[in-house]
Amino acid sequence: MDSSSHHSDCAHHALHHELVIDSLSVFYRHVPALENISMATSCGNRVALIGPNGAGKSSLLKAIAGLVPKKSGSIQWRGTTVRKWFHEFAYLPQREEIDWLFPITVRGLVEMGRYPQTGAWKKFSSKDDEAVENALRSMGLLDLQQRQIRQLSGGQQQRTFIARSLAQEAHVLLFDEPFTGLDRQAAVSLGKLFEKLAQDGRLIIASHHDLNTAGSLFDEALLIATRQIAFGPVSEVLTEQRLDQLFPNKPLDC
Amino acid sequence: MDLELLQTPFYQRALIAAAMIGFSNGFFSGFVVLRRNALSVSALSHTMLPGIALGIFLTGSLSQWNAFVGAMVAALVVGLGSVAVARGNRIEQGTALAVLYTSAFAAGIALLPKLDTRQELEHWLFGDIIAVSNTDLWVAFGIGATMLLVTNLAMRPMLLTLFEPSVAAAQGVPVRLMQYLIFGLLILALVSSLQAVGCVLSVGLLVAPAAIVSLFTDRTSALFWGGGCVGAVGSVVAVLSSGALGITPGPAIVILFGLLFIASYLFSPKYGLIRFKRRTAN
Repeated sequence: MDSSSHHSDCAHHALHHELVIDSLSVFYRHVPALENISMATSCGNRVALIGPNGAGKSSLLKAIAGLVPKKSGSIQWRGTTVRKWFHEFAYLPQREEIDWLFPITVRGLVEMGRYPQTGAWKKFSSKDDEAVENALRSMGLLDLQQRQIRQLSGGQQQRTFIARSLAQEAHVLLFDEPFTGLDRQAAVSLGKLFEKLAQDGRLIIASHHDLNTAGSLFDEALLIATRQIAFGPVSEVLTEQRLDQLFPNKPLDC
Repeated sequence: MDLELLQTPFYQRALIAAAMIGFSNGFFSGFVVLRRNALSVSALSHTMLPGIALGIFLTGSLSQWNAFVGAMVAALVVGLGSVAVARGNRIEQGTALAVLYTSAFAAGIALLPKLDTRQELEHWLFGDIIAVSNTDLWVAFGIGATMLLVTNLAMRPMLLTLFEPSVAAAQGVPVRLMQYLIFGLLILALVSSLQAVGCVLSVGLLVAPAAIVSLFTDRTSALFWGGGCVGAVGSVVAVLSSGALGITPGPAIVILFGLLFIASYLFSPKYGLIRFKRRTAN
């Protein structure tokens, strides 16, 4: 990877920022959602989580974000164990889970990203404003900042949420099915945006269900069905034999 | 309007109570509108009736305090009970709440004939703002001040929680605590509105003000402060005009908000139906 185009915080480190997941298991009551997941990746990568419905893709994203308790195993980020939430991780839920009618402007939503820095009471400093401004600019939302979020297109809504995580100064962006519900053009530009974010040194982890586009949109893939099936570069992970096993009746163009 | 009436202490107390209860409930209605849970609030408000009845049944008398405590305990039990049942993943919370609150309401109705304070109980059903005492005013003031203080201290994390709980939790917002806090404040608001509009109508006061404001603006802060002002002014106007119109004050308050809501829905310059029609016609 070209380190000169790397995200500034990353560039200071001799080692890349590394995310190491070690034999992670998550249970809901007695039902296993994830068993024994291990992977290691670093800033600048785009990782796809692939698996059938109920395979634990969302659970893994939530576990990394600290939203569901880990039964065993650990998550390490930059050499330290992450126990609960951490402001360098941003979670971006599925679009259907968000109440788009909530009365809030694009800027207001991006400002919400500063909560880890400001907490409940602290006033917005010039540094906070600057972070919000930069996030809006890099997502091309400056002209739309006073719009209500319900007035945005699907792609713009997606960018607003990404801007929110940039304002939070997150390094790891955890997306739940980001390409679902986007039209073709918006999907193509989100793909380009992922590429740019990765080049800037962010780590993107996203659940993804379109096997055809996984190769062009992501660098690495984690294939799971509650248990880990494979992890590595997309082309090596997504072999026909494995996919036939996991998705026996699935048409390829879903 | 009778000017002499304005000088009587009981009427003055009623107006002060209307302003305070109207403001705190109107302020809180911002949360109800943002959270889109007006129907479950309605369920909780009905739950207060059996609570009051049980309070009287157990203590043998009807007083301010056993009614308040009874109402609060019943709403807490049914509200938290529905959350607990929904935890099991088998029954959805709305379903659990509907079953529990209708059962509780039915139990309250069954209990009514066994009480000899039936007459007064109607005041709790539909409100009796003319009868407020000085103590009642202090209770209303205390509840209103607590609500304003807590909501303003925790506004940021509460709004983050209302908007998207999982994103908020990933940012370190104590989501569970905020949800309980909002629920607790809701119960307080419901109990404080008993005196003005009674338990059956209290939802009107706890939803309508912010719903009206939301037809005029998108600003979140306006939902709260605007809702508070609409709630206070509307309640005072309704109490003032109720005598002349020969309506009891409780229903008068809720009717006024209903009319305001319909008028706003039709004529609001921003989101009114008529303006909208005109705009789409162009």
